[in-house]
Amino acid sequence: MKIAISVLVTVGVALMQNANAGDISGTVTLKGTPPPEQPNTMIKADATCGKLHPEPVTTHFYVVGENKGLGDVFIMLKGATGKGDGASAPPVVLDQKGCEYKPYIFAVQTNQKIVVKNSDPVMHNVHPVPAQTAAGNKEVNQAQMQGAPDLTFSFPAPEVFLKFTCNVHPWMFAYACVVGHPYFAVTDKDGKYTIKNVPDGKYTIEVYHRKAAPLSAPMTGEVSVSGNVTKDFTLEAK
Amino acid sequence: MSRKSVRAPAADPWLHQFAVLTALATLGLIVIGGLVTSHGVGMAVPDWPNTYGYNMFLFPISKWVGGIFYEHSHRLMATFVGLLTTALALWLWARETKGKYRLLGIGAILFVFALMGARVFPVYMTLACAAPLAIGFSFYKVRQTPGQLRWLGIVAFAAVILQGVLGGLRVVWLKDEIGVIHATLAQLFFSLMCATALMTGKWWQSWRSVDDGHQDNDAAQNQAWLRPRWLLPATTLLLLVQLVLGAAMRHQHAGLAIPDFPLAYGKVWPAMDSVSVGQYNQQRVEITAWKPITGLQVGLQMVHRLMALLICIAIGFCAWSARQLPDRKNPIARLTLFWFGLIVTQAFLGAVTIWSNKAADIATAHVLIGAVSLALGIIINMISFRGAVWSPKIAAQNLSSSSTFSPRPSAAPGYSLQ
Repeated sequence: MKIAISVLVTVGVALMQNANAGDISGTVTLKGTPPPEQPNTMIKADATCGKLHPEPVTTHFYVVGENKGLGDVFIMLKGATGKGDGASAPPVVLDQKGCEYKPYIFAVQTNQKIVVKNSDPVMHNVHPVPAQTAAGNKEVNQAQMQGAPDLTFSFPAPEVFLKFTCNVHPWMFAYACVVGHPYFAVTDKDGKYTIKNVPDGKYTIEVYHRKAAPLSAPMTGEVSVSGNVTKDFTLEAK
Repeated sequence: MSRKSVRAPAADPWLHQFAVLTALATLGLIVIGGLVTSHGVGMAVPDWPNTYGYNMFLFPISKWVGGIFYEHSHRLMATFVGLLTTALALWLWARETKGKYRLLGIGAILFVFALMGARVFPVYMTLACAAPLAIGFSFYKVRQTPGQLRWLGIVAFAAVILQGVLGGLRVVWLKDEIGVIHATLAQLFFSLMCATALMTGKWWQSWRSVDDGHQDNDAAQNQAWLRPRWLLPATTLLLLVQLVLGAAMRHQHAGLAIPDFPLAYGKVWPAMDSVSVGQYNQQRVEITAWKPITGLQVGLQMVHRLMALLICIAIGFCAWSARQLPDRKNPIARLTLFWFGLIVTQAFLGAVTIWSNKAADIATAHVLIGAVSLALGIIINMISFRGAVWSPKIAAQNLSSSSTFSPRPSAAPGYSLQ
């Protein structure tokens, strides 16, 4: 009987929470013409990695999809709190495939596990280079042979654009955006995003893109959440 | 001279050639080190002293892929240079000592060498901590025993141990700052090897005999010194500072802080405030995983450029000044002219490094010529400090008579005449 009551209470609280929460969704579009991407001749010149790419490889700073939707944009609520840390959240997978990190931009909560796979027929080393080392994010450099078990990383301090590198293949890098709460998203290839279950209230949204809205100059916007809301952004190509 | 040591014997051509080989191997090591940083692969092997868990000498060639090729080659070449330096130190010690003193020195060198072979981290740390003390003491002994080289061999032996451990610590401690020290010590070590090679040669030793027998010392000094007297040492010091700046720039792993030359971001002096630096980072197209640039790095490159200009002028003045010496065929005149050519080439390579967006081969050539320029500067200083005037005729006489090299106890510092 006690168990049944506690289950009912838990479900009730959850329903009430959801009743006072909503999703923020929208599209980030790019204004203007981005500079051309540069060919990655290093990857093509590499004896092993070059074979994995019959097609030309370029940088991918501006991922522009339908209707000029801009991918790889990191969006987060500024100063939001709640829902503990990410230790219990499902892990995020960062794969090394074709001698490139995939995805290029991803976001996790503090202490959420990042599982790094090596799907390549070649060894890599996984070398996250955090800027917030004083706050507890550790720089480590770990070898990962082909077919080796996955490596797991997590970071206790928030940090936007924490770089993962591979020094065996210096063109390989990806960025983790580590957030102290669960209200964040990364746009898909068409620039669409959704931040789920945001409690009702007024928020400032911060928008980051490696080139169009970098760390030193993020775009911000205000949003008032009362149920589901839509918030679009437009970034300018630099 | 020490009571237990013997007089330095006549120049040994085999020893000289071995010293030259060690210097050349060191230069090769610097080139490979330059390739490591130019390709941004200094951390390609994440462990040390092992390589991906293997004993580094047993690491399979099939796994030398990507950046591992450069980093692992650097480690193997460093080991080779370490071996050569150890052998050179032993050789120098053995030829200048006798009896128990000889055995004691050789035993100590071999013992330390064996400790390095143990490949145990605490032992490495202990030896690295002891190395600066050994270097300081050995330099003191160098001054106590002018004309003899065995303590210089100990300096080299201690320096190569320190350098090796610093290289390893840079990897396992993930500290860029250690990389700057490692790079600077590499340049100094190469200069030391060049100086040792010079001093083991007949040319150097016969020259001393010229001084001893045929020159009025004051007159010789006056003829060999460039005017003003501080010009050569000050110029060489500038060059060393410039190499430290270069090492600091390279080991920030941020690529080019300023992508254009002769202007800087289109201006004579670029803006260095945080907003401007943010824009610079925004406009960069990084193909490799460079770190974002900072205002400090922009400033460093500007200082590096200004220093380059200053050094070119200073070395040009040295070359001009040397031409004013009574004997235009003296080696100082020739060497300073060559030095000037080298430094102009170096400045050009610096510009090409920028124009090529830091192409690895060009950037490495820039490191190579930088190392040679410093070594040459130190050699010219040594020749100048010796205070002799080159006289091919007298030198030839001394060489043909195979004069025994007989260093005199000297109150004068270094290698100056009494």
